[in-house]
Amino acid sequence: MDSLLAPVAELFGPAWLPVWTLVKIVAIVAPLMIAVAYLTYAERKVIGYMQVRIGPNRVGPIGLLQPIADGLKLLMKEIIIPSGANKGLFLLGPVLAIAPALAAWAVFPFTDRLVLADINAGLLYIMAITSMGVYGVIIAGWASNSKYAFLGAMRSSAQIVSYEIAMGFALVGVLMSAGSLNLIDIVNAQQGGFWQWYWLPLFPLFIVYLIAGVAETNRAPFDVAEGESEIVAGFHVEYSGMAFAVFFLAEYANMILISGLVSIMFLGGWLSPLPFLPDGFIWIAAKMSFVLFLFLWFRATFPRFRYDQIMRLGWKVFIPVTLVWIIVVGAAMQTPYGHLFR
Amino acid sequence: MDFTSFVFYFFSAILLLSALRVITARNPVHAALALVLAFFTAAALWMLLEAEFLAITLVLVYIGAVMVLFLFVVMMLDINVEEMRRGFWSYLPAGALVGGLMVVEMVMVLGGKDFGLGAVTPRPADYNHTAELGRVLYTDYVYPFELAAVILLVAMVAAIALTHRKRADTRQINPAEQVKVKRADRIRMVNLKPQKPEAPKEED
Repeated sequence: MDSLLAPVAELFGPAWLPVWTLVKIVAIVAPLMIAVAYLTYAERKVIGYMQVRIGPNRVGPIGLLQPIADGLKLLMKEIIIPSGANKGLFLLGPVLAIAPALAAWAVFPFTDRLVLADINAGLLYIMAITSMGVYGVIIAGWASNSKYAFLGAMRSSAQIVSYEIAMGFALVGVLMSAGSLNLIDIVNAQQGGFWQWYWLPLFPLFIVYLIAGVAETNRAPFDVAEGESEIVAGFHVEYSGMAFAVFFLAEYANMILISGLVSIMFLGGWLSPLPFLPDGFIWIAAKMSFVLFLFLWFRATFPRFRYDQIMRLGWKVFIPVTLVWIIVVGAAMQTPYGHLFR
Repeated sequence: MDFTSFVFYFFSAILLLSALRVITARNPVHAALALVLAFFTAAALWMLLEAEFLAITLVLVYIGAVMVLFLFVVMMLDINVEEMRRGFWSYLPAGALVGGLMVVEMVMVLGGKDFGLGAVTPRPADYNHTAELGRVLYTDYVYPFELAAVILLVAMVAAIALTHRKRADTRQINPAEQVKVKRADRIRMVNLKPQKPEAPKEED
């Protein structure tokens, strides 16, 4: 690969590094956007079949062109800015929602060599970047100058701050077991097949991380930030056209990111479940698809949590569970059975 | 000017401008958002100093948690800016004194040879700042570190204890009771005899 690219690199001279990095960014973002589009299609189909409907089936064969039609429709629509809104912040909201959802992919390893930036504080970087996603929601809700949007923003910020703590503690358990903050090292520490992945020794943390991930992305049953039956559409009630679509893209890109992180931290990333099968990108894709299916399954089957129940679950159940399990892991590592947790 | 100094001046300019906006913005929400930008650029500057752990922690803790709660409060409050600006001139001498002291202290720290700041050497690319920091914190400085943690815990408990008031009119939910509820507690099945509605009267 490098020898093939050498003549092209010479052509660009010193500008080659930024150009090549931009090419890599496009190579990540473009498939991600296609994945987002077809995740919306998959969601409508899966939920449709769960509710004994067919789902979209009119545009293209078995409705496969439906996401493209939706995207085109949203592109064509006018963006209405409410007269009482704070115009600059109103337009900044969607940008701040999508930017962290895309920036987090910079350190995401697709295989042990396929990664844009292999940094040794990758886990910290992901936690820091994803914690910034809430600003899009807060700013959108405040700048809209609407009661519903504001309520949605308040709910969302309280919820995300609460669940971030549990998510962070769950990841502390992972980095104790792996002994590294580098995502590639974390996956390599899980070598040895299905029973060596961290979902088993860190099972409570795995469950907490998965559920907190659903809450972090504001997905059902934790979607009080946009609870349709209570506050119309929550923080993005005033947005239309592409500005609304950007929020939509950010939500689905975050879902894919969380599913990817669950796969890397607890399900062995690109490692194959059976030791004699070759590792590769296909495994992480399969694991991410499985976790994404769980997201859709939750949405189709669970009623929305009441707001105080969300807070209780986050503070009084998840945080104590993670704290106890971190102590269990830390104590067990000092005993002869420590290898079970590594 | 090499690229590193260009990046440094770029971030420094943004940091100074956003810090200025924090104190000049008329809208408190704008001021809080400017503070977020100031934190973010400060994190970028720390990254330039190869302190990646501190930089990312600044983003994670201050931008990801503290400022979110700060914005939360600022947005909920109805702050009258005119009221806040009153008495600016009478507070100015005290503020100027504190500010001047801070400038003197910073000059002493940054310019002083006693702090050993002249001997910073660039580390190799694979130097793991985070692991190094953890090793120092949990070995050489483990007692001061634990002490600081306990002090923070005490402060947290004290803050909650001071502000927590038991109000008589609050109603609480007991989830254990909720879970134990059976169908029979909530609904009563009544066996009604089927009744034939009266035939509507004919109007003529």
